[in-house]
Amino acid sequence: MSFRDNPLGEIRVPLVWTAAVALIVAVIVAVTLLLGDRRETLRTEAYGVTREVSDAVSAPVSGVVSAPVHWMGALSQGISQYFFAVSENRRLRAELEEVADLRQEVTRLQDINARYVDLLGLRTDPPIPMVSARVVSDSRGPFANTRLANAGRERQVQVGNPVMTEYGLVGRVVGVTRGASRILMLTDIASRTPVMVDRTNARAILAGDGGPNPKLEYLRGHDPVKAGDRIVTSGDGGLMPRGLPVGVAVKGIDGAWRVVLASEAGAIDFVRILLFEDFSQLVDQDELNTPGEPPVSGDLPSVGVSAPPPPPAAATTPPADVRAPATRPPARTPTPKAPAAKAPPRPAPAQSDPVQSPAPDPAPPAIEEPVF
Amino acid sequence: MSLMATRLDPWRWLGAPILQCMVATLLFSLPVRFFGWGLPEPIFCMAPAFAWAMIRPSIAAPFGVLIMGLFLDIFWGGPMGLWALSLLTAYGVVLAARNMMVGQSRSMMWMWFAAACAMAQTVGFLVTQLDVRSTPNLLAMFWQFLATILLYPFAHRLIDRFDDADVRFR
Repeated sequence: MSFRDNPLGEIRVPLVWTAAVALIVAVIVAVTLLLGDRRETLRTEAYGVTREVSDAVSAPVSGVVSAPVHWMGALSQGISQYFFAVSENRRLRAELEEVADLRQEVTRLQDINARYVDLLGLRTDPPIPMVSARVVSDSRGPFANTRLANAGRERQVQVGNPVMTEYGLVGRVVGVTRGASRILMLTDIASRTPVMVDRTNARAILAGDGGPNPKLEYLRGHDPVKAGDRIVTSGDGGLMPRGLPVGVAVKGIDGAWRVVLASEAGAIDFVRILLFEDFSQLVDQDELNTPGEPPVSGDLPSVGVSAPPPPPAAATTPPADVRAPATRPPARTPTPKAPAAKAPPRPAPAQSDPVQSPAPDPAPPAIEEPVF
Repeated sequence: MSLMATRLDPWRWLGAPILQCMVATLLFSLPVRFFGWGLPEPIFCMAPAFAWAMIRPSIAAPFGVLIMGLFLDIFWGGPMGLWALSLLTAYGVVLAARNMMVGQSRSMMWMWFAAACAMAQTVGFLVTQLDVRSTPNLLAMFWQFLATILLYPFAHRLIDRFDDADVRFR
């Protein structure tokens, strides 16, 4: 039977209909991917292999493409510095005179602070190691504000690490692969960061909306903020260390309190990724949650029961493990990070760095303060 | 109108625009500032998505739009499928209204292109609102919309080049 004799040979599906079917199939694929996306959870497993591979490929490509732009930027900066050297010199001299007074004040306050730390037996934060990275790609749209930095897993960067410039907080790492890490900016619509007003200690959540100035939400208290107040990270929830500069509060045209980000003072081309692990990450959660024998002291009443058995040796010292996690190697980090592999840490606090000086305190502190 | 229509080779009318959009998106994502201002972030993929719907119905074009949308989602670090769905919606609406729009003047077509861009962004706005339970910044959306509608000459060039390639759909 020839093709012409085939009774179905005359049936042709119009191209318009097949195109419509193709469109519907493509829409179904897109909706399925959208429903399966868990980007907003900001978890490592939610980032996905596809994004990791894409970042690993696009980071070096963007790095190569952006290299001439960086050279041109450096060249124009050099030229402008040459032509404006005199005015720059005047400005720096004036600034130096202002800072000279501040330097004496800082020295005096440092001395007082060190004495208070000694008197109260405070345990200050250990220095946070950090790595420097170059931003190679940038998305600034209303639905996604992320950047790609050229430092990844090989430099111990982890999901959740805060990212800063020399001016202030930029965001945090939401995806890591070899050679690249994806930074979720504070301005991204999925970004939520616990912050506080430096003047009043009022807590708030900094919520991005895709615009340049994220909103301060859930502000509590009576008149907690006014225009010009400095906003810093609160450290609540252990997501970020306390006190990182975020920006300055302003009243938006919509009536909401917003923040002019400190990081917007300059181009975000080089960033510092803080290899920050909060207290809850450092302690051994399993050990902490294991119900054990409570410490028994001699003056505990034993009414109506037989005498308790002699306490095991381990049961007598559990609080020390919880209170001083930094005086011993953390249980969840079997391979401690080599200091040589990282950028030099920030200058250590003047007193009692528990990581670098593991010797116990000479006397038990009278007041126990929580580690911030 | 061009005097000589170009043959409708899938690579030429589908593949090459996809690659061009990817390269343009990559270039405009560089962290560069001129006089304190960063580069705009237009949706380059809107131009071929609009033009493909105007040229002719096709089985491969929706998947080309899907690929471009997924590229944007991955490259920009947004929710997977957001731009794919937005672009496909705009493509579908333009395809459905194609008979009404075809043959109109360049300025009128520019208006239709702006409407398609607004539709894509509206879908993105609604999906983001549902996904994150927060309202995206309207001013940021407006700037992106403005930067995108300036790309119509590229869409017009693509339409002009392949409009007469398939006489069945003139």
